[in-house]
Amino acid sequence: MRIEVNNVSVKFKNRYALKDITFTINENKIYGLLGRNGAGKTTLLSLLASFREPSSGSISIEGEDPFENAKLMQHVNFVFNKDYKDETDNLKNTLENVNRYRPYFDFDYANHLIQRFKLPMDKPLKQFSKGMQSAVSVTIGLASRAPITIFDEAYNGMDAPTREIFYQELLEDQSEHPRIIIMSTHLVSEMDYLFDEVLIVNIGELVLQEEYESLVTKGASITGPAEDVDSFVQSMNQLNTKQLGNTKSVMIYGELSDAERKAAQAKGLEVGPISLQELFIHLTEGEE
Amino acid sequence: MFEQDKPIYLQIRERIEDQIVDNQLKEGEQAPSTTQLVNFYKINHATVSKGVNQLVEEGILFKRRGIGMFVAEGARERLIQNRKDTFLENFVVGLVQEANKLGITDQELFELIKKCKGSV
Repeated sequence: MRIEVNNVSVKFKNRYALKDITFTINENKIYGLLGRNGAGKTTLLSLLASFREPSSGSISIEGEDPFENAKLMQHVNFVFNKDYKDETDNLKNTLENVNRYRPYFDFDYANHLIQRFKLPMDKPLKQFSKGMQSAVSVTIGLASRAPITIFDEAYNGMDAPTREIFYQELLEDQSEHPRIIIMSTHLVSEMDYLFDEVLIVNIGELVLQEEYESLVTKGASITGPAEDVDSFVQSMNQLNTKQLGNTKSVMIYGELSDAERKAAQAKGLEVGPISLQELFIHLTEGEE
Repeated sequence: MFEQDKPIYLQIRERIEDQIVDNQLKEGEQAPSTTQLVNFYKINHATVSKGVNQLVEEGILFKRRGIGMFVAEGARERLIQNRKDTFLENFVVGLVQEANKLGITDQELFELIKKCKGSV
């Protein structure tokens, strides 16, 4: 499957929720869509799920416009933390319904997930706790095995041990049934190991799209005596600076050459890795 | 769980090597899959693959399509030989440097090693 987003903007009254966004997603990988609250993650994902149309620009999935395209939408599943407070049906009937309109739905796998999440089959969903309702959404999302599966903060409401089950099942099922999975989150440090590729949005704009591995190897922290650190990072893209006494630590973004690494070591500077969480924080902070 | 100053993929690789050297993973046996390693260590797939692929390239592990990865014949012996080759620079050099720094005599150093061997 291939998703192409070209120069897409979404305007609410006078405010841009998304501004001139362009990217392509075309591999069976797990994509992490990171952004702070209100950055535009859900707006972006609801375009892909054709819940809305862009104000300008275009979106295509397998070369077709997804909006009001029922045939195409069988292949796209948008999973969010649905509120089942008015749902009187039980899980068994709910799954049977889903099975009818989701062509790749795997009932055995759904049952396996239900056991892992310890969900009751015969209680009305409205009696489920918030965490259990989340687990229902995730179960349907995973077991539907849609070639494009979008999880929009679907873990909301789950406690930490339940999220862990979700992550395990996701990775295992993805290794056996690879598909495009897009997950939006701001729980970056908890989920970073899941992502093959990362997209960061900030205030409606796409800050970057890059493979996880190359992204984290681009960032580094340089620590040492303040004036040595200053002269070393002078011409580099600096994300953040911390100082304690005369020890300074500067986070930089941009590939360090071997020569630069050696130069840093020769000066007695410490070159350390930085996490996706740190990169995310410093790439999305400021000008508000 | 992992050290800060060493690339994680190397540490992943070393842990698999350790299991082979310790005979926890025997030759011919199936090694853990990348997904299992990702889930266990909570380390990104790309990072885990990098470490595992090195072992595949060096013939310590081999892949069987659709089944998984296995420990190659002779893997343990080769790993032990590699480690013996690097034992001097990885362990002995640092030990001697530190001993010199602290003014520990050769005799004292031998005694310490003997004592340590007795209790390990």
